[in-house]
Amino acid sequence: MTRLSGGLIDRSRSLSFTFDGRTFSGHPGDTLASALLANNVRLMGRSFKYHRPRGLIAAGSEEPNALVELRSGARLEPNTRATVAELYDGLSARSQNRIGSLSFDLLAMNDLLSPFFAAGFYYKTFMWPRAFWEKLYEPAIRRAAGLGSLSMQADPDAYDKGFLHCDLLVIGGGAAGLAAALTAARSGAQVILADEDFRLGGRLLAETHLLGDEPATEWVAGVEEELASLPNLRIMRRTTVFGAFDHGIYGAVERVADHLPEPGGKPRQTLWRITAKRAVLAAGAIERHIPFANNDRPGIMLAGAMRAFANRWAVSPAERVAIFTNNDDGHRTAIDLAAKGIEIAGVIDSRTDAKALGDYPIFAGGLVSNAKGRLGLTKIEVRQNGRSQWIDCGALGISGGWNPNLHLASHHRGRPVWDETLQSFVPAKDGPPGLIAAGAANGQGSTAAALRSGAEAAAQALAELDLKAMMPELPQAEDAVSKPQALWHVPGKGRAWVDFQNDVTVKDIKLAHQENMRPVEHLKRWTTLGMATDQGKTANVTALAVMSELTGKSIPETGTTIFRPPYTGVSLSVLGGGNTAEHFRPRRLTPTHHWAKSQGAVFVEVGPWMRAQYFPRPGETHWRETVDREVLATRKGVGICDVTTLGKVDVQGADAGEFLNRLYCNGMKTLKVGMVRYGLMLREDGIAWDDGTCARLAEDHYVVTTTTAQAGPVYRHMEFARQCLWPDMDVQLISTTDAWAQIAVAGPNARRLLERIVDEGFNISNEAFPFMACASLTICGGLRARLFRISFSGELAYEVAVPARFGHALMQRLVKTGKDLGATPYGTEALGVMRIEKGHAAGNELNGQTSPQMLGMGRMVSTKKDSIGAVMSRREGLAAETRRLVGLQPVDPAQPVVAGAHLFTEGAAQSMATDQGWISSAGYSPHIGAHIGLGFLAHGDERIGEVITAANPLDGQQVALRVVSAHFVDPDGGRLRD
Amino acid sequence: MLIPHPLLGLRDAQEFTYLGDARLIERPDGMAEGAEAAFADYVYLRDNPAGVHRELWFHEQGDRSWLVVTRDTVTHEILGAELARDVALRGKGGAA
Repeated sequence: MTRLSGGLIDRSRSLSFTFDGRTFSGHPGDTLASALLANNVRLMGRSFKYHRPRGLIAAGSEEPNALVELRSGARLEPNTRATVAELYDGLSARSQNRIGSLSFDLLAMNDLLSPFFAAGFYYKTFMWPRAFWEKLYEPAIRRAAGLGSLSMQADPDAYDKGFLHCDLLVIGGGAAGLAAALTAARSGAQVILADEDFRLGGRLLAETHLLGDEPATEWVAGVEEELASLPNLRIMRRTTVFGAFDHGIYGAVERVADHLPEPGGKPRQTLWRITAKRAVLAAGAIERHIPFANNDRPGIMLAGAMRAFANRWAVSPAERVAIFTNNDDGHRTAIDLAAKGIEIAGVIDSRTDAKALGDYPIFAGGLVSNAKGRLGLTKIEVRQNGRSQWIDCGALGISGGWNPNLHLASHHRGRPVWDETLQSFVPAKDGPPGLIAAGAANGQGSTAAALRSGAEAAAQALAELDLKAMMPELPQAEDAVSKPQALWHVPGKGRAWVDFQNDVTVKDIKLAHQENMRPVEHLKRWTTLGMATDQGKTANVTALAVMSELTGKSIPETGTTIFRPPYTGVSLSVLGGGNTAEHFRPRRLTPTHHWAKSQGAVFVEVGPWMRAQYFPRPGETHWRETVDREVLATRKGVGICDVTTLGKVDVQGADAGEFLNRLYCNGMKTLKVGMVRYGLMLREDGIAWDDGTCARLAEDHYVVTTTTAQAGPVYRHMEFARQCLWPDMDVQLISTTDAWAQIAVAGPNARRLLERIVDEGFNISNEAFPFMACASLTICGGLRARLFRISFSGELAYEVAVPARFGHALMQRLVKTGKDLGATPYGTEALGVMRIEKGHAAGNELNGQTSPQMLGMGRMVSTKKDSIGAVMSRREGLAAETRRLVGLQPVDPAQPVVAGAHLFTEGAAQSMATDQGWISSAGYSPHIGAHIGLGFLAHGDERIGEVITAANPLDGQQVALRVVSAHFVDPDGGRLRD
Repeated sequence: MLIPHPLLGLRDAQEFTYLGDARLIERPDGMAEGAEAAFADYVYLRDNPAGVHRELWFHEQGDRSWLVVTRDTVTHEILGAELARDVALRGKGGAA
């Protein structure tokens, strides 16, 4: 087939592309579909279930058949509709869902087995034996029934997301959309015009009638020029508005670079979140086909699509074509194709009073009842007046009427309404608030009606926004209204396809009816009708009509399915909008991050933070070697660790003490100024939630800390308590986590080191500044700082806080000044080992399942005051809980201790019923010289010295552990107070 | 969704963290007689109607206000929003 005359393609340039390895050529303006047709390729895919040879049905995004794998390597994208893939030089595509070649698919034998593959076959056939499902049935079905394949490589392209706001969003750039945009933009409103095509004009590009006295394309060009000159209007081509969300928020994907060989520095696609005060839905209409036996032969397509290919892309699927229609619109295709020199074998019009509107044979009252040509249509059977005859033709255009493209109008569960005159569903009035349908999407499909309704919809939207609309002068245009005859399928033998993508036939719908799967929702799930990438855009209404015929109910009584976002498939990549891998969420760096990096630290993610995990030294070959050294150096000399990531909340006000008293289960009001107290927060249900320290800097000023992980939630909770529970208290909060760098200095030499940096006049001797003291002071010659004598490691320890920008310098100063004292930086691993050695609870113990009693802190929950969680912590179920935090040590020091292992009485049968607890934390203790652990054990506080069994069935391990005190180091706390 | 913040105007729901039934404001007195039963209700029994509901939202990525938002959970229509502090003070009979 050579190109026809005319068309909106640039014939001065040629683009080379490949399909299934063969090289072809097309022109700018082509889609992959039009270029393939121009090269005489009609066979473009294999059907989902039966592997039937398939060609194009449509010319737009509703295409069910021509799905290809586009591009190659990591950029390979399966299930791309050839009808919307814009041609570029070097494009490569492959057909999918086949074994062997496209014309000889080994799995086409499924077609012969079709009696076994009828609707519901999965549910019935592959039930038994059960064991066969995973090993045999599923892999075989997955292999045979499928769409394209994935590249299995990481997506190499960048994606972006953006936010837009406007008065009016116009969805669709056809006649109605352009009229709406023009009306609103001329009136000064902020307008966004989005169209999924790469060229504005919509259906106008596919038709030949005049607008006023000029071709439609000229009118479009004029409007486009004016719109481009208006600063208050933004045109977004290649942009699909895929969803109508709450409160006027629309989701859209702009295919920024899909029409280029490679994005070349641009994002490939952009996800737009458009907040629009009003929207006009001008998405046009989708033509429906009329099922008859073997109506899926390549070459049988929608008549409107055939006309679009001829007029816009100057291609015809064959030299000799026929048309099957139940309305006047089908005749237009015959007229337009005839004008381009295509031979019209005939127009088969189901209406008995049909007349030819041009010079072609007419079969009034005729039906197409069968088709031949496995890999491409060769002839059709026409039934007329009780006689049938075979007519030669290479393609057949079908027009069964048009369905308004009302997808977005039902995104808020608005049910489409049946219009008897149009014989189609139109958008409901209870669609998304602010969304007004216009043009063919609203059943106003003639060009004149589309232009008028588009302008009126914009004027209505503007009036609702109190903006004055200036109605544009609209050109004269065709105003033909053609009521289609109700013809939903051609009765007869043989399989007649309703849903091409899912291989659902009229027979399958009959079977569904027979099996009582009659409600629309059941019909859909039983037959798989309307599923997969096209979501039944060309099938749903027809299927519904067939079902209504079977049930004897009217179509509106039979019901209709509604639509959900997205209108067309949206890739997960663009939904991520570039927030992948390290950009998945913000990464927070500590004030000493760059210093730690310069020291060769290995980092670990802790919540949003990157923390130094350990600081390997030259010659150290294993992380354990490093961590053991850091632990021993701290316990022997002095260790230094950045603990900035712990949440800090500044609490001020006359009622600060009372406020904290109610937040923590233990008392905070009685805390003396200049002292720190450990605090445990419960959830209101009595479970332990978070812990930290409260330091009282002044009568009305506390600084409290939270765990790193819960810093956000605890702060939220504190604000909840302040604003919602006790709004009459005089208390103010602010998070100061990022404002202060905080560094732990721990070990027997800690005080000696700090004395070297604390300014003169501040006494931090053991007597003046005892364990759990705190103070505001200055260090390093005038730098304001806060000092807390608190210890997580169990050693003599302090935490010193300075404004965050001095954190780096303070760390350098401490390491340098403390060199002779053995100052050693340590990371989170050593921190973890030392807190296990000391028996301090951390995130593993505060896991949302443990009560204060289990943590050995039951008596901390004050009964003298009300605090969050106190009442519920005393309820029967929690009070009866006997598991207690204990230390665990292997009887054989060579044995490991594994966190997550479950505890059993030695020799007891191991089951859920005999479970005695679990190991929450474990690690190697260089201090003990063996692995140790912390765990919760039933009556653990009474079982010190007992040998129990830790079961780790994942590794088949059974380890004998001795129950010991959780305080492996300095159980009487002497070091803390030295 | 857009939430009409009483101080800041329309804000995107993404700036907020959701908590749930605004009845959480009415915390029982832990020192009162029968506190355990009252707390069992408070902690575990929440309204979750299909229809108009009063909910707590926290403007976490904003001004840190807790709001009581009245929302139709079926249509997502938002009928109003006020500062939870004002609601709480009113409940305590204080000045709002």
